[in-house]
Amino acid sequence: MRSARIRPTYRVSASPRSCATNEAAAALPGFAGLHPYQDEETVQGALELMYRLERALCAIVGVDRVTLQPAAGAHGEWTALRMIQAYHRSRGDKRSEVLVPDSAHGTNPASAALSGFQVVEVRSGPDGRISLADLESKLSPQVAALMLTNPNTLGLFEREILDVAEMVHATGAMLYYDGANLNAFMGVARPGDMGFDAVHMNLHKTFTTPHGGGGPGAGPVGVKADLIPFLPHPTVEQSDGHYTFDFKRPKSIGRVRSFYGNFGMLVRAYTYILAMGGDGLTQASLDAVLSANYLRKQVEGVLDLPHEGPCMHEFVASAHNLAPQGVKALDVAKGLLERDFYAPTVYFPLVVAEAIMVEPTETESKATLDAFAAALKEIVEQARTDPAALHAEPHSLPVGRLDEVGTARRITAYLTGQSEDPVLRWKRVQK
Amino acid sequence: MAERRYSKTHEWVTVDGKTATVGISDFAQAQLGDVVFLDLPKPGRKVGKGEAFGVIESVKAASDLYSPVNGTVAAVNENLTSHPELVNSDPYGEGWILKVDLAGAVPTDLMDEADYKKAAEAGAH
Amino acid sequence: MPYLVHSPQEREEMLAAIGVESMDALLGDIPPSLRIHDLKLARGLSEFETMAAVRDLAAANRVFADRLTFRGGGIYKRFIPTAVAAVTGKPEFYTAYTPYQPEASQGTLQAIYEFQTLIAELTAMDVANASLYDGATAVAEASMMARVHTGRDEILVAGYVHPESIEVLHTFSEGRGMKVKRGDQPTNKTAAVVFQQPDFLGLLVDARGLTERAHAAGALAIACVDPISLAILAPPGEYGADIAVGEGQQLGLSASYGGPHVGFIACTKELVRRLPGRLIGSSHDAKGRRGFVLTLTAREQHIRREKATSNICTNHSLCALAAAVYMTYMGEAGMRQVAEVSFKRAHALADRLAALPGWELAFPERQFVNEFPIIVPKPKPLLRKLARKGILGGLEVGRWFRDLRGVLTFTCTEVNDPAAIDQLVEALSA
Repeated sequence: MRSARIRPTYRVSASPRSCATNEAAAALPGFAGLHPYQDEETVQGALELMYRLERALCAIVGVDRVTLQPAAGAHGEWTALRMIQAYHRSRGDKRSEVLVPDSAHGTNPASAALSGFQVVEVRSGPDGRISLADLESKLSPQVAALMLTNPNTLGLFEREILDVAEMVHATGAMLYYDGANLNAFMGVARPGDMGFDAVHMNLHKTFTTPHGGGGPGAGPVGVKADLIPFLPHPTVEQSDGHYTFDFKRPKSIGRVRSFYGNFGMLVRAYTYILAMGGDGLTQASLDAVLSANYLRKQVEGVLDLPHEGPCMHEFVASAHNLAPQGVKALDVAKGLLERDFYAPTVYFPLVVAEAIMVEPTETESKATLDAFAAALKEIVEQARTDPAALHAEPHSLPVGRLDEVGTARRITAYLTGQSEDPVLRWKRVQK
Repeated sequence: MAERRYSKTHEWVTVDGKTATVGISDFAQAQLGDVVFLDLPKPGRKVGKGEAFGVIESVKAASDLYSPVNGTVAAVNENLTSHPELVNSDPYGEGWILKVDLAGAVPTDLMDEADYKKAAEAGAH
Repeated sequence: MPYLVHSPQEREEMLAAIGVESMDALLGDIPPSLRIHDLKLARGLSEFETMAAVRDLAAANRVFADRLTFRGGGIYKRFIPTAVAAVTGKPEFYTAYTPYQPEASQGTLQAIYEFQTLIAELTAMDVANASLYDGATAVAEASMMARVHTGRDEILVAGYVHPESIEVLHTFSEGRGMKVKRGDQPTNKTAAVVFQQPDFLGLLVDARGLTERAHAAGALAIACVDPISLAILAPPGEYGADIAVGEGQQLGLSASYGGPHVGFIACTKELVRRLPGRLIGSSHDAKGRRGFVLTLTAREQHIRREKATSNICTNHSLCALAAAVYMTYMGEAGMRQVAEVSFKRAHALADRLAALPGWELAFPERQFVNEFPIIVPKPKPLLRKLARKGILGGLEVGRWFRDLRGVLTFTCTEVNDPAAIDQLVEALSA
């Protein structure tokens, strides 16, 4: 398998050193060997770790309490919405709508629907940020919350966030923070200070727990005081240096996962936070922003940049300029694979045609960023001179472009009884 | 009305007596890409104009299908179960999706070919 | 500063290339009133200091030896072959991103495909997905599938299903307007009957009967199963269950205070398009080389958004890989041996415990696999006494079920060797 360097939109703990230390910590028998139904007295260290991690996350995002139970980002989103729903209901307020910007991750509307809310889309303005006029027109006493990613999925900071918060709160709704992009401003600004009432975080994106080919993750949710009674139970409490679980929380939304969340991931994230400290986390965010802007500068004139900079920790380019040659964002992605880079996310966010979303993170060196930019330039050059060759890439990886359409159609054939090939698993061999 | 008429949501309809045939436009199939699956209603189900009656999926997209007319589903194109690609290769012929027994008149706000073309091109990026 | 790669000089060069004087110029979109200049956290530590701090916390926990752990309740100490960590620790698996680019992700994709195959084989169901978070959320996801499929909104939970699964199901159902009821008599309002085999207490239930009753009422049957037990029990596909779910911790994952582990879900052909989460399918490229891709993605949230069956995005790939390695390494014979040894030891232990004065099996007429409920005199002092001798005794299930006050469930796996069982019985007799 070839090495993959620049990673796509979601940050990955590419630093082998942080991985190694985090892993050593999680593998300590004092953590890995614990049974979840041991008595509290025998797991004081585990509870203390969770307590301390909660305090650290509160300091980083500016909230009052955090639940560590959600197993992933989408799980955290849904947990937050259930809490917001419970809050409104406790006040006899049956709000039925959740506002989601058109540039949001698909998990946002899906999580809202899973909580029983109607999803109402809010449009982005031409500058790539949420349109205050459109927001104004969609806000009503029916709205329970606005879900916002900041910086948004275009890598742009929502400059008018304080106005947004005021408008949302004025109607009695809550403001939810999608933490996918928290990596952009740790130690620089805090979602809690911006007026967000509930804040989700992805430990696998921001705190270097391994991505593992798609998980496991961990998606803690921080809340302001109003939402504390609704946190999932149990919470971890401390008194005179003694730690306990609090299961008796009458207004709690209940459990969202068995046991206490992805504990092993919590150990890894806590280890990373200890090693980095406040100073290190801040520098990590600054470096992420610096790297993204540096790369963005190199991409100027190579691909379209539909929105004005500076960007935060990522930017969205467009391969629309290659349309005359019949070259698409997908071809650019495959060309990057051919040149030893793992391709960025393409075709997201949906508001940009032929989108290519680049997030270098703080873990890539200037030399790697330069090499990535050089590869992009080479691809764009090739798009002009020999687009057919680009369509054929990658050719030096274990497989070339796969027949996804054929796969989906063969599955339909299997599911409708016209084929014996299950496609979604190896065929059973008769012994 | 043998002439094909179109809805804003890219379905087409032709009418023969009291039976309407419904499919999706050539423009819509091109936007979706290779169709791999259709989730369609059973004959006998009532459909209302503008109501979602099914889902069409390609590898990269999924879209609700909306009925352009009022009526009762008389038949669905069973061939699409094993050959969903007919929607791509022959959207106005072999790739038809539903036959509907019409209830009442054909809605008058459906577009003709020229108007639909203009609307589709304006709506595309 | 650990883990950061730019030198101060490189930072200056990069700022110059961008054409700005300082970082502040790049952060100008953030209103000044929102800027903070430090985090209220301690400064970063060296690796030595970090590990010392973390070790202190680990040392404040008490770890019971695997062989002296007789407590289960959903999480079990089992032998984990070294092959598991050797494979999952490879950076190609460990740090890899979600396999959205199949040409550069064949290892990850095939590993999940193997997991899907193994789970489908183990449960005798048609198709399994790429994994879910845990067993409890798998029950909730399966229930939501049943609700959408049947158009009914009542979920009937039969018998002693894991209490945390039921709690999670409640939390999910309140958002989606599902009603969770207890009982085993489905009606025409029932979307699914959920049962656990063996149940939370370790006892066998009439899985076939419950499945037939569900079907007779037009409802689905959701079987929560223990993957190791399937080496010796009838799999859900054999008795006609529509969806099989479970917790995969026993398949090569350490207890780790409850996670991360892996949830699995498998179903019949009819329900595949309602399955939540990622699915991998086999494919080929233009040269005819076999490969694997994410498939049927149009079901998922990134395409269907608010119309998706589930909001799940992340799966538990790395844990699914561990489970796939475990099952492949053990093979059919190995897993059967593990299940049989666990069965025999648990039965031997049950006989010896039931012979103790004042001890009595709670359900002597019912069969069990490797966990069983037993009525004991004064459970709390007894558990304390065992703990003093380094033994993690049975689980007090009365914490969840009032009718089971004074009942402990004991479990045995292959790691509880005969000497360990002797030690337990001696400690109780002393």
